[in-house]
Amino acid sequence: MKKTIFLGALTVAGLTAGAAAAATLDDVKARGKLNCGVTTGLVGFAAPDSNGEWKGFDVAVCRAVAAAVLGDPTAVEFVPTTGKTRFTALASGEVDMLARNTTWTFTRDVDLKFEFTGINYYDGQGFMVPKDLGVSSAKELDGATVCIQTGTTTELNLADFFRKNNISYEPVPIETNAEGQQQYLAGACDTYTTDSSGLAATRAAFENPGDHVILPEIVSKEPLGPLVRHGDNEWGDVVRWTLNSLVAAEELGVTSANVEELASAAGDKPEVNRLLGTEGNLGEQLGLPADWAVKAIAANGNYGEIFEKNIGESTPIGLARGLNAQWTDGGLLYSPPFR
Amino acid sequence: MSDTHSESVAYVRESFIEEQPAPITAAGPFKWVKDNLFPTWLNGLLTIVALYIIYQLLAGFLPWFLGGVWTTGSLAECREVLQGEVGACFSVLTDRWHQLLFGFTYPSEFYWRPTLAFVLLFVALAPVLFFDLPRKMLIFTGLYPFIAFWLIWGGTIFAPLSALLGFVVGYLVYEKFVKSSFAAGFFGGIVAAIVIWTVGGWLIPENASENAMLTAVPSRDLGGFMLNMMLGITCVSLSLPLGIALALGRQSHLPLVKWICVVFIEFVRGVPLITLLFVANVMLAYFFPPGSGVDLFLRVVIMITMFASAYIAEVIRGGLAALPKGQYEAGDSLGLDYPQAMRLIILPQALKISIPGIVNVAVGLFKDTTLVSIISMFDLVGMIRGPILASTDWNGVYWELFLFASALFFVVCYGISQYSQWLERRLETDHR
Repeated sequence: MKKTIFLGALTVAGLTAGAAAAATLDDVKARGKLNCGVTTGLVGFAAPDSNGEWKGFDVAVCRAVAAAVLGDPTAVEFVPTTGKTRFTALASGEVDMLARNTTWTFTRDVDLKFEFTGINYYDGQGFMVPKDLGVSSAKELDGATVCIQTGTTTELNLADFFRKNNISYEPVPIETNAEGQQQYLAGACDTYTTDSSGLAATRAAFENPGDHVILPEIVSKEPLGPLVRHGDNEWGDVVRWTLNSLVAAEELGVTSANVEELASAAGDKPEVNRLLGTEGNLGEQLGLPADWAVKAIAANGNYGEIFEKNIGESTPIGLARGLNAQWTDGGLLYSPPFR
Repeated sequence: MSDTHSESVAYVRESFIEEQPAPITAAGPFKWVKDNLFPTWLNGLLTIVALYIIYQLLAGFLPWFLGGVWTTGSLAECREVLQGEVGACFSVLTDRWHQLLFGFTYPSEFYWRPTLAFVLLFVALAPVLFFDLPRKMLIFTGLYPFIAFWLIWGGTIFAPLSALLGFVVGYLVYEKFVKSSFAAGFFGGIVAAIVIWTVGGWLIPENASENAMLTAVPSRDLGGFMLNMMLGITCVSLSLPLGIALALGRQSHLPLVKWICVVFIEFVRGVPLITLLFVANVMLAYFFPPGSGVDLFLRVVIMITMFASAYIAEVIRGGLAALPKGQYEAGDSLGLDYPQAMRLIILPQALKISIPGIVNVAVGLFKDTTLVSIISMFDLVGMIRGPILASTDWNGVYWELFLFASALFFVVCYGISQYSQWLERRLETDHR
């Protein structure tokens, strides 16, 4: 009897999950709120401030999507997820999208049945060591103890890198970035490895940042981006093009300061007009109001503004644009045309 | 005065000596120090070593603690103020105390509600803990869960009211039928309560919570130490009756009841709590339809209660086994039926023996509630590990936050353990 109940529950769950996957956009509109999966806290990318309001680079993507779909950047229910619970949260329909420093990999896209809707941050895995260790290259780390977050791609990259260079290491598994930081400072490991953005943020919080160096090797490609469930392409399009609109807005010179003015009437730049809905019907094709991109950009500004405000050089994290500059400035950001 | 002995005795004292204080080595603090700290040279050496270690600890801790900074807005400012001096950065506590206590999403204008519920908790617990108090206070204890629920979650008052009504009606039905048969009363009461709850669920309109007197707060907004307290108190109080039932069930002569209880206890005790929590968070989400899933808080309460009740059942089974067989036979020979014998003779004695074990489980369980931080619930430890350490302002403050967390937990656990010692002394009725 237990077994039939179990199977019955599975069937019901499968059916309803299938039904939910079919029309996330309608669900979100009906609910009036976007359920967005974020990290339980990563400096600069997502963390609540002292008033309990979520702030950060990934959070801005959630807010932009909420603004595009619902017209209100605050209509977001942030669902904090850990590295282990994030995929089940998305697959089970608990969240509509995940904007959680997730690396786009083949298996996550194909095998886990998710759809990455773009890349909002090009990252790569690096190593941080204390200066007095006297190491200047990651290849000199033979026999080192390495602090590493479990359940992440960094764990696998680390194994690959050391195997490729035929050197050995001793892993020290940790759960969160905060724990890694403390273990590293306490000397539990010789080197701490994670995405280089995370390393920069971690080092910025040290009492003496100058005593630690980030080694020049970047041992992996970590394209981080928002993702949605497989099989709901309309919803995937909404998230993808909201992200693209932020990137395109920077390229086209649309900022949170001038977006209202540019959207008030059709100007002489056709692509800006199409983006902001003063020309054509792009919004309608997505199933959104014509001013969807205006709302998305007005929420937090364009990609460059979001970057500068949360993780850019003016913040304590102080990341340079690097690969995340527009393609016109030698970076990799390249939005397909709005036409 | 006679001269009889004037030649045989050289000197006779004619007055008493004034009372003298004892020699300094035989009384007062000096003697205490000598007896307790330096009785032998080996012990003296140990004392000196111990004093040195204590000095070293305090010399490290006190400047850090007393030199703490309380008023800055971020860790960087703290370091600026300290200028390289040793000192704690307690500003994180003044800046984020409300998040540590209530979680970061509980609306700040409603902080009085959980606080009031916390204060009322003592009123409700008092008659349970101290049985010299008037028994009428137990009425409030019975009402407390519903009041606390309403205060913390808010929303329509009809939800807790219908829950309360269900219990009352269930009890009345039980009272009516229990005279003819215990089973009829027991199951009749349960059925009646379920009927009331179902009807209540239909009658309360969907949007009843929207304009309620207390604004509704969803459970995912609960957090901080409040969440630990709520989980601890709910799970301990639910698992105690459940544990008693399981322990009695395990001793039952009915094979079905016995085996269900044995399998349940052995299974739950054989699985780590963290596994059950992952099941609550991750697996159950697949079985409930999306959106309508049972509240995460409730799922976690169910899992922790199951876990704790299995342990409490084993503790109580120990108490039952410790009773001499004569006590059971005494019950039988008085002509008491099973519930009466249990209620009047066996359980009062068995529970008394089990108090230390039960308290041990309760303290352990209360501390285990911090495990929910692993499944992304923001209890006290979850708040520290997640949002606070991940904020740009406070990234890098560890000692201060975890010291605060330990202090909170220590106060509660020490209180529980002191109470249980008092209770044991109080219940000491035999003449051992």
